Amino acid sequence: MNNESETMDIKITVIDREDVSHELDAPTDMNMNLMELCKAYELPVEGTCGGMALCSSCHCYIQSDHELPEASEAEEDMLDQAFFVEENSRLGCQLKLTEALDGLTIKLAPVGK
Amino acid sequence: MIKTDILIIGAGPVGLFTVFEAGLLKLRCHLIDSLPQPGGQLTEIYPKKPIYDIPGYPSILAGELVDNLMEQIKPFNPGFTLGERAEVIEKTEEGHFRVKTNKGTLHEAPVIAIAGGLGCFEPRKPPISNISEYEDRGVEYIIKDPEFYRDKRVVVAGGGDSALDWTIFLADVASEVTLVHRRTQFRGALDSVEKVMELNAAGKIELITEAQVVGLSGEGKLEKVVIKHKTEGDIEKETDHFVPLFGLAPKLGPIGEWGLNIKKNAIEVDTFDYSTNIPGIFAIGDINTYPGKLKLILCGFHEATLMCQSAFKIINPDKKLSFKYTTVTGVEGLAN
Repeated sequence: MNNESETMDIKITVIDREDVSHELDAPTDMNMNLMELCKAYELPVEGTCGGMALCSSCHCYIQSDHELPEASEAEEDMLDQAFFVEENSRLGCQLKLTEALDGLTIKLAPVGK
Repeated sequence: MIKTDILIIGAGPVGLFTVFEAGLLKLRCHLIDSLPQPGGQLTEIYPKKPIYDIPGYPSILAGELVDNLMEQIKPFNPGFTLGERAEVIEKTEEGHFRVKTNKGTLHEAPVIAIAGGLGCFEPRKPPISNISEYEDRGVEYIIKDPEFYRDKRVVVAGGGDSALDWTIFLADVASEVTLVHRRTQFRGALDSVEKVMELNAAGKIELITEAQVVGLSGEGKLEKVVIKHKTEGDIEKETDHFVPLFGLAPKLGPIGEWGLNIKKNAIEVDTFDYSTNIPGIFAIGDINTYPGKLKLILCGFHEATLMCQSAFKIINPDKKLSFKYTTVTGVEGLAN
């Protein structure tokens, strides 16, 4: 196979709720999303609904200035169940890991007890 | 006192299918669930979502699968304690388990099957740092009795049906109702949204959109909320009650205190029969963990089936169990 068909790993920085920064290597060829990536690294993201944009437990803030695909109506609806929603709020499960996300920085949103 | 053979905690798909497999072995079942209806996550979170990995169904809606399971277990006439959370467990002198719910209902059985999924669904609480200080002192996550709010000032937060419906209802009961929502669109039913808009236009309620409640204050009880508006900054509002309605989220809850081996919010089991460290208590479906565990409905069905074999031996220590196909024997109560 030639180099062109190889997919690259990207770097994603996740800042947890204790403000600790984690730099993660993320594959772009496994059809993963940001919520699944956080779970794979055992970061405290519940992902209760499994990634259907039905629970808001993967609410995060986008801190870098990446151009991301717009949130769908379903994602916006579910952000209504999240807390402290900001302009840069997204659901991690709705952001597919692609090369466009290389260098992305996100912060996990607070969760209630 | 409700007495049964297998007391199933959790009426999701795996708990429901346990009734079928137990029924084939002539074991009676009773289910407890904190939600008011059977189906667990399938009914509560994603009833309209198609599931593609149920054997024999290329696609089935989650809600339909629950309806089918209810139909499938009907011949075995299971009992249900719904809307109650299994809270306390103790052993009786004869070695049975006695389980009490948060509403005091007592159940007794020689075998417990915990099919609790991700835990019991509880209202999602906003992560406002001092919110616990005001719980039952002005902050309520569920409206139990609307009369409680008569002639009081109430701030409701949320954008779904419960926030809309309660705002409409309380408009005639409370002295002042404010609905706070983070955007201008609502995800609730259209006629409820229209009704809220009408009430707002008529001055019966105050609707504050593009805003969120971010702070609470008061001496010994709630007196004020801080509402952060997208463009107008912080608004302080005096109120007697704050009712955040942000849906339900599952929590492991009291089961975590039952002395079971817990690993990362899941109950460790032996894959021989999905037994836990406490003899007579089994854990099946999403709530258990073992090497290679996959949280799939179909795996839960398999776990329930094997578990029932061991349950039979506990309940009928002197009887021999002979394995039969349903194609040969049919299902008792059904004509074949």
